[in-house]
Amino acid sequence: MVPIHYHLILSAILFTIGTMGVLLRRNTIIIFMSVELMLNAVNLSFVAFAQHWGSMDGQLIVFFVMAVAAAEAAVGLAIILMVFRTKETVNADELNLMRG
Amino acid sequence: MEHAHTAAQAIEAVSYLRWIVFFPLIGVLFNIFIAPKLGRRAINLVAPGVILIAFAFAWTAFEALGALPPGSALVDNLYPWITTGQLNVDFSLRVDALTAVMILIITGVGALIHIYSTGYMAHDEDVARYFTYLNLFTASMLLLVLGENLLLFFVGWEGVGLCSYLLIGFWYTDDEKASAGKKAFIVNRIGDAGFLLGMFLLFWTLVASGVWTLSFSEIQTAIAEHPGIIPGGVATAICLLLFIGAAGKSAQIPLYVWLPDAMAGPTPVSALIHAATMVTAGVYMIARLHFLYELSPTALSVVAHVAAFTALLAASIALVQTDIKKVLAYSTVSQLGYMFLGVGVGAYGAGVFHLMTHAFFKALLFLGAGSVIHGMSDEQDIRKMGGLLRKMPFTGWTFLLACIAIAGVPGFSGYYSKDLILEEVYAGPHAQPLLYWVGTFGAGMTAFYMFRLFFVTFWGREIRASHEVAHHVHESPWSMLIPLIILAVFSVLGGNLPLLDWLSPLFHAGHVEVPDLIRWLPTVAGAAGIVLAFFMYGTSTKAVEQMNEAPAGIRNLLWNKWYVDEAYDAFIVKPIAALANGFWKGVDTQVIDGTVNGTARLMEYGASVIRVLQTGNVQNYAMSFLVGVTVILFLGVYLW
Repeated sequence: MVPIHYHLILSAILFTIGTMGVLLRRNTIIIFMSVELMLNAVNLSFVAFAQHWGSMDGQLIVFFVMAVAAAEAAVGLAIILMVFRTKETVNADELNLMRG
Repeated sequence: MEHAHTAAQAIEAVSYLRWIVFFPLIGVLFNIFIAPKLGRRAINLVAPGVILIAFAFAWTAFEALGALPPGSALVDNLYPWITTGQLNVDFSLRVDALTAVMILIITGVGALIHIYSTGYMAHDEDVARYFTYLNLFTASMLLLVLGENLLLFFVGWEGVGLCSYLLIGFWYTDDEKASAGKKAFIVNRIGDAGFLLGMFLLFWTLVASGVWTLSFSEIQTAIAEHPGIIPGGVATAICLLLFIGAAGKSAQIPLYVWLPDAMAGPTPVSALIHAATMVTAGVYMIARLHFLYELSPTALSVVAHVAAFTALLAASIALVQTDIKKVLAYSTVSQLGYMFLGVGVGAYGAGVFHLMTHAFFKALLFLGAGSVIHGMSDEQDIRKMGGLLRKMPFTGWTFLLACIAIAGVPGFSGYYSKDLILEEVYAGPHAQPLLYWVGTFGAGMTAFYMFRLFFVTFWGREIRASHEVAHHVHESPWSMLIPLIILAVFSVLGGNLPLLDWLSPLFHAGHVEVPDLIRWLPTVAGAAGIVLAFFMYGTSTKAVEQMNEAPAGIRNLLWNKWYVDEAYDAFIVKPIAALANGFWKGVDTQVIDGTVNGTARLMEYGASVIRVLQTGNVQNYAMSFLVGVTVILFLGVYLW
């Protein structure tokens, strides 16, 4: 059986990649994908712990996260689409209307 | 008091007194809303018409009152006006002997002046506005005298003040006239502040003894039933505070300065408001509250002294003025002084008697002056007049009758009332024999300045005006002359009306016995004044020519009105203006505006520092999250 820390290390690597993607990439679509990656990294931790402790709670939460992520994907992509229609760009650096 | 309540007196409830006030108010509504569409002829019919109807109701009330036993009253109780706690104030109108005289004067003289105005204002564009104000004034004045309690009285008191302001500044495009209106309003406010304080103090004192009322008759009953309900010192304070209000409204020292300036208004307004009716409101107030003033001989003495000094000061100024209306204005101030002198020595009947005769002859004088101004193409300077008697015979002769009346020639109305006051001053219930001499000297001055005015304006052969004006001089239309003639009849005969008997159930209104010398001295002084004026201005033109020269010495002092306006300006107006200016520029602009603007500027500066953080770039915000979460985790793991 694979020890739990292998799963957790993989999860941490995936989460870090996702975080760096959110912080550093300029394309909003990529940022969005990175957010999905972060969500799934967390999901991985949940199922790992679920197996480790023999409890179904972690798996249950993963289903919630996947449902929310699906809804979020729909809304998020719609927003990006509308932004592109009005601004003709999805570059995050150019989307700074709210600058003080 | 010798005139205590008699058992036979009755209070009769009637329901027509309200129409005395309502008809002038209907005129107001008509003039505001309907008159502008109908035009001048309708206004000329309705505006005097409503006053005549009010006069008819007033006459009905007078007749009804005459049929009742002496000391009775008619009451028209419309509805409970204010009911709060134990205090009940009714919207209630009351006619007793004093009010009956007042409403007849107000509606009678008022109607004549309304009729006169239709002629005088025939060439004015804004005649509807003029009659709106004039009708509103009449309604307010009637409310003032009919009001059964102090609150209704005060509503009328403020209403006439407002109309006075509106009518003085009637030609508001002229800055000087608008300023005269403001001056009248502000000076009256000073008086009203005193009046209000007096009213509060009276109410407070009564409530302290469990008497919750503002009604004149109930206050009088309370004082009669519980002597000492108002302690002497408090009574003096109340009476003096109320007298401040009277001094403002009735132009007594130190608040008389607005009345001469009030001559900026149309001349019929000067006749109605600033001679015959409104300015007598203070005299009416003291006569109405005589039971209060009887409690304080000190207050009565102050009233008498202020009045005598006012009479003398104003008469002295009138000696040298050259504006026909200014002479009459100072004469009015002086005559009001005589009325207050009468009520100030407890001779309320004599004071009200002079109020009535003065209403006749002073209204006549002002209307005559208006007729002259009308005929002289708006010229008011008597140095440019002269010889008008032949060109304007009706105006001239009626003016002469009024001069004789005010000068106190035996047989004419002013003789009866003024002599009565001076006799009471000498030997009345609160006699001030010293002031008798002041009043007598003033009587001589009165006769002198009135006949100076008459001789300079009407006597002689030639008119000292430009050729065009002189050629244009004409007698006024009948609408103006008929009121003059009616008023002239009353100026001559008004002294024979049995007013004293009529008023005697209310308060002291009788004759006192004085030595023959004292009785005749004011008449002799008046005659001397007339003779002196005739020899100075009637027989030669030298004195008239002298009026064109720059005045010197005492004449300069009088010409500049004792520099009272200048003194007020220097000691009151300027310091207050400087203080206000200081508060404006120092406190308001610097401190208050500075605080508000400073707060805003601080916020703005703080924001300019912090705003760089708000880049609008979500990735920067996400980085902040990350850093923040990392720091918190670090602290959580390694420090705790």
